Amino acid sequence: MTVPIVWYLILAAVLFCIGAFGALTRRSGIAIFLSIELMLNAANLTLVAYSRVHGDSAGQMFVFFALAVAAAEAAVGLGLFISIYRLRHTIDINRLNRLRW
Amino acid sequence: MLVAVFATLAVIAIVSAIVVVLHRNPVFSTMSLVVTLVSTAGLFVLLGSPFLAALQILLYTGAILVLFLFVIMLLNVQRERTAVTRASGMVIAAGICAVVLAGAVIRLFWAAYSGATFAPQNPESSSLVTIARELFGAYILPFEMIGLLLLVAVVAASWVAQKGDPAKSDTPEAPDAPAAASSVASGGKS
Amino acid sequence: MLTPTVVAALAMTGLWLFALINVTPIMLWLERRAPAFMQDRLGPNRLGPLGLFQAIADVLKFIFKEDVNPAGSDRLLFMLAPTVGFVASLLTYLVVPFGPEVTVAGHTFPLVVIDTDAGMLMFLALSSLGVYGLVLAGYSSNSKWSLMGGIRASAQMVSYELALTISVLAALVPSGSLNLSRVVEHQIHQHLLGFLPAWNIFTQPLGFLIFLVAAFAETNRLPFDLPEAESELVAGYHTEYGGLRMALFYMGEYQSMAILSALGATLYFGGWSVPMIDANAAGAWIASLPLVSAVLSPGIGTALFGFSVLMVKTYTFLFVFIWVRWTFPRFRYDQLMRLGWKILLPLALLNFVAVAALAVAGKI
Repeated sequence: MTVPIVWYLILAAVLFCIGAFGALTRRSGIAIFLSIELMLNAANLTLVAYSRVHGDSAGQMFVFFALAVAAAEAAVGLGLFISIYRLRHTIDINRLNRLRW
Repeated sequence: MLVAVFATLAVIAIVSAIVVVLHRNPVFSTMSLVVTLVSTAGLFVLLGSPFLAALQILLYTGAILVLFLFVIMLLNVQRERTAVTRASGMVIAAGICAVVLAGAVIRLFWAAYSGATFAPQNPESSSLVTIARELFGAYILPFEMIGLLLLVAVVAASWVAQKGDPAKSDTPEAPDAPAAASSVASGGKS
Repeated sequence: MLTPTVVAALAMTGLWLFALINVTPIMLWLERRAPAFMQDRLGPNRLGPLGLFQAIADVLKFIFKEDVNPAGSDRLLFMLAPTVGFVASLLTYLVVPFGPEVTVAGHTFPLVVIDTDAGMLMFLALSSLGVYGLVLAGYSSNSKWSLMGGIRASAQMVSYELALTISVLAALVPSGSLNLSRVVEHQIHQHLLGFLPAWNIFTQPLGFLIFLVAAFAETNRLPFDLPEAESELVAGYHTEYGGLRMALFYMGEYQSMAILSALGATLYFGGWSVPMIDANAAGAWIASLPLVSAVLSPGIGTALFGFSVLMVKTYTFLFVFIWVRWTFPRFRYDQLMRLGWKILLPLALLNFVAVAALAVAGKI
């Protein structure tokens, strides 16, 4: 017996919302980044599930490109963290509040 | 059998996702994300795309998250006193948002897909040859653009992570600067 | 559940595990005796014939040492770290073939545990998990030497994985498949200039060199053993480890060396094949030998033949690992990064483009 496709989608929704909660509430920049990766991953899961429902491989291609974009994003984002850390010696976003003044 | 596998993977994914979000130690968060990603790769296999599962493990856990660990250790990110922000109103609001969002999306999925079944899949469609033909046929333009994007990301990352003021320095030759920059760039190229 | 396919897979797994577990004691012995002879010494030669039992003494020493947990260490990760690298290195043999399709007791199956189209991809994915063992060990030990070792390990292994992957991709181009069984078959059935077997080493010597260098860096062997450089970092990521956990690190390292050697033999040296010898005929001959003919069928004989050939090639590689270790001095960390990113990666890309162009032109 196979698992109904909707269960995959519900699991993805739950994962996405856990990630969203983390991205909204964590203080460390790295942890926010990790939560965003979690949300991306949930989105990938829905895309693969859609591709199986509709029998169309476009969903899998999207996931392929999403993985590549995630890699690019991680490279630039972590480079920014290193750069910010050199200037401010912290990556706690509550203390990176220059723009608020 | 399949249901049991799915349930196990789903529970592992959700529990480790919660650990990612709530653990105070960034290294533990990263390692839990590794667990989530590996169990999602297992779900990809269940959904009939072992290619994406292998890519997910190779790219995400093998390269991107190693990069996260590298930065966490390089910057010596400390264990936080509290996992989430101390403004409790913010936490409550975010929690309500997340729950409402989850409810709405699940309701939507249920309405649209509750009766949906797997489309009949011919065994060829998930084979590497088919995927490669599509990737280098119909999707060749996005593919090339992704290549360009990764190149830009590599250049940007190594420029941003240089020591000193990147705008002024012509030769960034403190010994560890190129090393740090290039290892950050590695996530982009792999 | 116990269908013939499952039984065959279990039997092949058993064979691999036996070989991989035994790599460690053999290498412990070889790594002392071989350099000793290179340096005109004798090496440990008292315990058993040729000092062969020295490895057993080493293992006993590991077992009876106290299991220390340093103060301030992260208990869970500290205990987990050695296992991660060990297990990751124990999974990759699944896709390496060691023989052609054989028929045993009426069932035909290929001599590889998982015969899949995405074989090479699986290999790369699983072997990329090995770095976590080193990084977690470095982080959890609560020691500056370990931390430096972990940082170096993460950067080094991610960097050299690129060159390794691209050179491997180039080696896959001639056969047009990610299934390693197809790669070996292609190398057997084609011939260069009429007599040379079409081993990839003859068509892609540059690719092989890049593969070899990257393999040294991936397994943290000299001249790239920066994560555990003993003259700078005490012992790097495993400074705080002792006893069996330390042994697990050793075993993981030797196993990943062995499995990368088997991969190199498969990709560049024709895997389980010997030129001019048909594996099936050799298997039939082995099975007809007087003492074993009662137990062995020709199929099993072929499996044993292929596995022995692959192991001979693997140990040749492992000897090169030792040879290089006692020949070259260690790189500096910035030299290592420069070599990986500014020399090996462009060369690997160049090699790949050249091979692809030749393939499109129909020359290979």
